[in-house]
Amino acid sequence: MTRVTRVARGEGSGPLGAVPDARAEPSGPAGVAPAAAARGTTPAAAAGAELRAEGPAAGAELRAEGWGWRHAGRAEWAVRGLDLTIAPGERVLLLGASGAGKSTLVHAFAGVLGGSDEGEQEGSLTVGGRLPADSRGLTGLVLQDPDSQVALARIGDDIAFGCENLGVPRDEIWRRVDEAMEAVGLDLPLDRPTSALSGGQKQRVALAGVLAMRPEVVLLDEPTANLDPAGVAEVRDAVAAVVRSSNSTFVVIEHRVDVWLDVVDRVIVLDPGGGVLADGDPATVLRERGAELARGGVWVPGFDPLQGRPARQAAAAPAPAAATDARPTLLATADLAVGRTPAAVAARGLDLDVARASALALTGPNGAGKSTLALTIAGLLEPLGGTLRARPALTGDPVPAAAEAVPPAADSDVPVAEGPRARADERRHRREVRRARRRGGTHGRALGEHPFAWPSRELLTRIGTVFQDPEHQFVTGTVRGELEVALRALRLDAAEIDARVTEVAGRLRLDGLLTANPYTLSGGEKRRLSVASVLVARPAVLVLDEPTFGQDSRTWAELVRLLGEQLDRGTAVVAVTHDRAFIEALADRELEVRPAEGSGA
Amino acid sequence: MSVLTPVRGSGRIYAVNPVAKLAASLLLSLFLLVTVDWVSALVALVLESVLFVWAGLGARAFFRRTAAIWIAAPLAGVTTVLYGLPSGVAYFEFGLIHVTEGSVQLALASALRILAIGLPAVVLFATIDPTDLADGLAQVVKLPSRFVLGALAALRLVGLFLDDWRQLELARRARGIGDTGRLRRFLNQAFALLVLSLRRGSKLATAMEARGFGGSTVRTWARPSRFGAGDWMLVLIGLAIGAVALGTSIATGSVNFVLG
Repeated sequence: MTRVTRVARGEGSGPLGAVPDARAEPSGPAGVAPAAAARGTTPAAAAGAELRAEGPAAGAELRAEGWGWRHAGRAEWAVRGLDLTIAPGERVLLLGASGAGKSTLVHAFAGVLGGSDEGEQEGSLTVGGRLPADSRGLTGLVLQDPDSQVALARIGDDIAFGCENLGVPRDEIWRRVDEAMEAVGLDLPLDRPTSALSGGQKQRVALAGVLAMRPEVVLLDEPTANLDPAGVAEVRDAVAAVVRSSNSTFVVIEHRVDVWLDVVDRVIVLDPGGGVLADGDPATVLRERGAELARGGVWVPGFDPLQGRPARQAAAAPAPAAATDARPTLLATADLAVGRTPAAVAARGLDLDVARASALALTGPNGAGKSTLALTIAGLLEPLGGTLRARPALTGDPVPAAAEAVPPAADSDVPVAEGPRARADERRHRREVRRARRRGGTHGRALGEHPFAWPSRELLTRIGTVFQDPEHQFVTGTVRGELEVALRALRLDAAEIDARVTEVAGRLRLDGLLTANPYTLSGGEKRRLSVASVLVARPAVLVLDEPTFGQDSRTWAELVRLLGEQLDRGTAVVAVTHDRAFIEALADRELEVRPAEGSGA
Repeated sequence: MSVLTPVRGSGRIYAVNPVAKLAASLLLSLFLLVTVDWVSALVALVLESVLFVWAGLGARAFFRRTAAIWIAAPLAGVTTVLYGLPSGVAYFEFGLIHVTEGSVQLALASALRILAIGLPAVVLFATIDPTDLADGLAQVVKLPSRFVLGALAALRLVGLFLDDWRQLELARRARGIGDTGRLRRFLNQAFALLVLSLRRGSKLATAMEARGFGGSTVRTWARPSRFGAGDWMLVLIGLAIGAVALGTSIATGSVNFVLG
């Protein structure tokens, strides 16, 4: 069920080669979400034409004059001194470094910034000559998080929601719902539960809900940041089809320029210091400001975030094949089956080993069980079948005499037992693991070879886990607190704690934020903190779930460099990822995880 | 997985307006809560059984969904037999245990009553689709749409909270604080969930607001919620069963008013 491939890590990959293309892999098994392909939901380019024929929503002009906004309780203005006019029907890509106020501006045009208790406004902002609050229904907004913008349980109902609020008559609503679904290429029954949709499909449902309102302005706030490459392509194509056939004004925020370059006819770059940094047709802006934008974290085609320097020292991996085998194995699985609950096996038949100073990329389609596998390797979920064993190189346990006689790699070569015997073996293995876990603390005894049975504290220095959503990891109220959690659990002395926090905070540019609340950080800062809070404990194995998801190019390069350094120091890295550039920069091997048959994924 | 997965079925019961189910169940319960005696409960149960056949759930689905009630009712009965207020002839005594004529009667009445109230409630509620209920509450009962739809959207988030909770739990183990201080960890985790859910809720509110929710325009409804003759019928049946049960109990003199 799995395929392991060695990744030829291009040492001198050119600048173009290293730019992750979100539209990469338009075909092939990983490129198209299987669900979407099977249902034939590829957006039809011509479909949107009917939308115009039926309801010609003319575009509205967007205008900001000396506009500024300061969120309540903040000293800094999010946006200030902005003068901007977007003509009716223009398609605009809005760029800017993180913190430049792009999202604030788009929310303001959508009329959802709130009143005077939410913040302070200066200057003026109009949509089609009216105040945004008075132009409800004229603007439509699609947000970043697919899960947080579904209002109702069934697709049709959710798309109809906006029309209902605008008082559209019932027959007209369902006509519009049909049109909007066609326009975004959704060929699904109206009563399909929204919870059963992929991220890309959810975003297209959100877009359809906006289109059904026949808005004069469509605003997209990083609509693809939370999606895998297949989802990104899906949403982009849907938007492109709609844009071609409508007269509405479009504004999209996105830091991956290449995704939207063919769709937009104007690029506006906001200046973090206030005002507009650059404005014009895409080719000119990128030619004149490309380097500057790239430095600010925008993914500009042709600019390599790593600037041509390899992330890992070439010397560390002269010949990957030979070198991997020389490194001691830390963890190994044989015929491993993983799942969140014993009733739901996500993937099975997984054979892999994690060696010192090596990087393994876990890839595969959505729902294949990659994250579940990562959490199982990390000792957080119980293996549902087969074995996951930590080697003495990781546990620090004395090597038993019997084990020494057997070469460590032997497990995976042993023909796997079939049928009842294998199942009995699995049951015995799971009983053994459970018993070990119930025993709790080690109290001087050997740790044992089952990570799931280890006490929580023993994981810290052995297997560190960086979760997909950094917020799930936060346990204290300050950045410093987050960095100290693991060190306190390890009962290090105050001086050592201080030294390590200072080192990691400096390395990941968190030193200015030590007293800040983790939840108030930007997306990139949260990601850096979640990695830093794991690295302080210096784990031998680092497990990361989609570490580069939605990151700007600057944070991306920092993460890749940092992980490269860790690998050079001997840390093993296991990463769930869809990011080709990340794999090319770091991984030694790639394991493609396929969903278990009958898992319904 | 999600709390709001649409509830769909082919039985007749699915076609009834959720508001009618709510009303019927409420009326029936009101009558049965007035008195604690076995006659009224038994009469109600017999009449209800006709309804259960009509509902079209099928025997397997019916017993699977109502399993908890079938377990709870005899348990309550046994407890009442052993520890209920002693009265009348004593059959058996041991320590705190008094099995008397009165306690056996009371036990029978309690067990039957739990069945008579619980079974129709489960059958009626388990077949309610939350979206349909919201439509009904807003269009038939005329509750404010802002409130009803807000509650409906919030309910959808509950499914996400369950996933969040699991992730939070794993993350605490990964961060080295999963060994000790169970209570403190639980509180910390509950607080983190609260923060996450508030943020998710406010994002959803923004998305809904951007789609015109909460505006001054009079809202239309894509899905009509009709309250027809069949729905009135169910309400009347609920009322009738309750009235007949109570009436029989009064007529036979076995009525035992709770407040009296």
